Amino acid sequence: MELLAYCAFFLTIAMTYAIICLGLNVQWGQTGLFNVGIAGFVGLGGYISAILTTPEAAERIGGFGLPIAAGWAGAMLGGAVLSLAVGLLTLRMRSDYLAITTFGIAVALQLVFQNAETLTGGAFGMAFVPRPFAGFQGNAFAFNLANLAVTCAVVLALYLLLEHLLRSPWGRTLRAVREDEVAAQALGKNPASLRLQAFALGGAIMALAGAVQAHFIGFIAPGNFLPMMTFQVWAMLIVGGSGNNRGAILGAVLVWAIWALSGALIAEVFPADQQARAASLQIVVIGVMLCLILLWRPQGILPEIRSVSRHLGRRHKDQ
Amino acid sequence: MNPQAIIDGLIAGSTIGLGAIGLTLTYSILRFANFTHGDFLAWGAYLSLSLMGLIGGLLAELGVRLAPFSFTLALPLAVVGGIALTVLLALALDKLLFGRLRARGADAIIIVMASFGASMALRSLLEFIYTAQPAYFTTALQIAKPLGLGLRATPDQLLVIGMTFVLVAVLHLIVTHSAMGRAMRAVSENPALAGVYGIDVAQIVRLTWIIGAGMACIAGVMAGLLVQIRPYMGFDLLLPLFAAAILGGIGSIPGAMIGGLIIGLAEAFAVQIVGAEWRAAISFVILVLVLMLRPQGLFGKAGG
Repeated sequence: MELLAYCAFFLTIAMTYAIICLGLNVQWGQTGLFNVGIAGFVGLGGYISAILTTPEAAERIGGFGLPIAAGWAGAMLGGAVLSLAVGLLTLRMRSDYLAITTFGIAVALQLVFQNAETLTGGAFGMAFVPRPFAGFQGNAFAFNLANLAVTCAVVLALYLLLEHLLRSPWGRTLRAVREDEVAAQALGKNPASLRLQAFALGGAIMALAGAVQAHFIGFIAPGNFLPMMTFQVWAMLIVGGSGNNRGAILGAVLVWAIWALSGALIAEVFPADQQARAASLQIVVIGVMLCLILLWRPQGILPEIRSVSRHLGRRHKDQ
Repeated sequence: MNPQAIIDGLIAGSTIGLGAIGLTLTYSILRFANFTHGDFLAWGAYLSLSLMGLIGGLLAELGVRLAPFSFTLALPLAVVGGIALTVLLALALDKLLFGRLRARGADAIIIVMASFGASMALRSLLEFIYTAQPAYFTTALQIAKPLGLGLRATPDQLLVIGMTFVLVAVLHLIVTHSAMGRAMRAVSENPALAGVYGIDVAQIVRLTWIIGAGMACIAGVMAGLLVQIRPYMGFDLLLPLFAAAILGGIGSIPGAMIGGLIIGLAEAFAVQIVGAEWRAAISFVILVLVLMLRPQGLFGKAGG
């Protein structure tokens, strides 16, 4: 029973990563936009939702006590607005300026999370973020299972929505812009505006993931949104298969499993005072894995499925 | 406002500027934003530190302090070796990773992503080898001497500022006045055409890594000498480095240096107003302002 409760907990966290991966897949997989500030967008969503839904607290602004759904909606709106601002600033320039700027956004937001104590609770973060099904908390298994069901439902809803978008005229135009911008432009499409839309959609989904995660854990702190997270999510999408929504979900579960298992292994093998040091090896392994996949199997485990329209069926990449 | 911020800014700016030179060169010649560049600074500092320990252990007679500076002769010798090793690291990374991706014709953005993965791995490897505890080249205390106008600086700090200016001036003269420098500019304009004209593009790529990694190592040692050495020092400098390279104009060596000094001075003055905890946000603000107002940078060509 305890093991099952842990499995449910593990899968719930993996599913929140799957949401981030789906968001990144819209930005990178479908559109070719390189976001190096994922942790910032996720953190923004988590913090916005926490500020909207936590009960009033004397030491900081916010604490509106709104329902969790309002927090999720607020997070998505915040993620979309931030993405629009970043997109407007950089999308007309070289593609790596977006990478540098999103990297900077994550650094700047991390500082806000840490230092704007009256808004974010500073380094200690915010406790008492309302948890869905808090009534079940006495029973870890039922609580984790109910949360897993909600998170899976979010992943499924996003998956269906994104698959539908992918096969819609909008999705086709997006891939046309990614593959040949000039040709798409010649056909009267507006690449800049399409990229902006895709970037905002992806940013909103990442922020939603942050909100879902914060409510599941019931606590939020700046240490959850380090560059490490950005890096893990990239590894997930690249391993799973960028451009493929199922690949994004598979990669999230797989890389999170590797991460959790290697973490448990390190806890077993190394003495307590060496564990922090050994944990850095985990990052080395994931970094090397990311590079190897880029070198040898850039399409990932589940390659992108070439689809023109759902009326024409599926076509594989090199057919 | 405390005028001492000028000295603090010049010192931070020297490190940022030297580091940004490599970044701006790889950006203009290899055409990608190299996220591992910050880690070259950290690796340079740690490699030099290890060599210094080795040299000091083998040749005890080098353990005499080079007055008025805080270090012994072992440090400059170690830095020479450190530069060589950092250059080797960069060349190995190019051979194993970036060069292969280039040869495959991968998009620039894939190479950026690979550099992002490699940077995480390199940084964590440092943390594994040397632990997260900060390390120091020297524990000697130095008294800051008055320079007039209410400014004070230690001999080490003055040496760092002076060496930076000499290095940048020499590098700038080489790149603007030698056949090698012309070849570098040709490759950055159009690698295919440069190849047709008989320029050895692979040679220029190597040269770019040599200059970039060498400067990164020196910048890392300077930061390590004046502040401390940490596995994350390069990562924390990455945003200022990018901001300096873009502010100066991609491809411009004096631009990167001046960009670095502007960022360093802006940080030093701004922390007096907003508090030191916001230091890292200042280069981000400058970066956003440059992208909004003058995306080609101070010395860059428009439309680049």
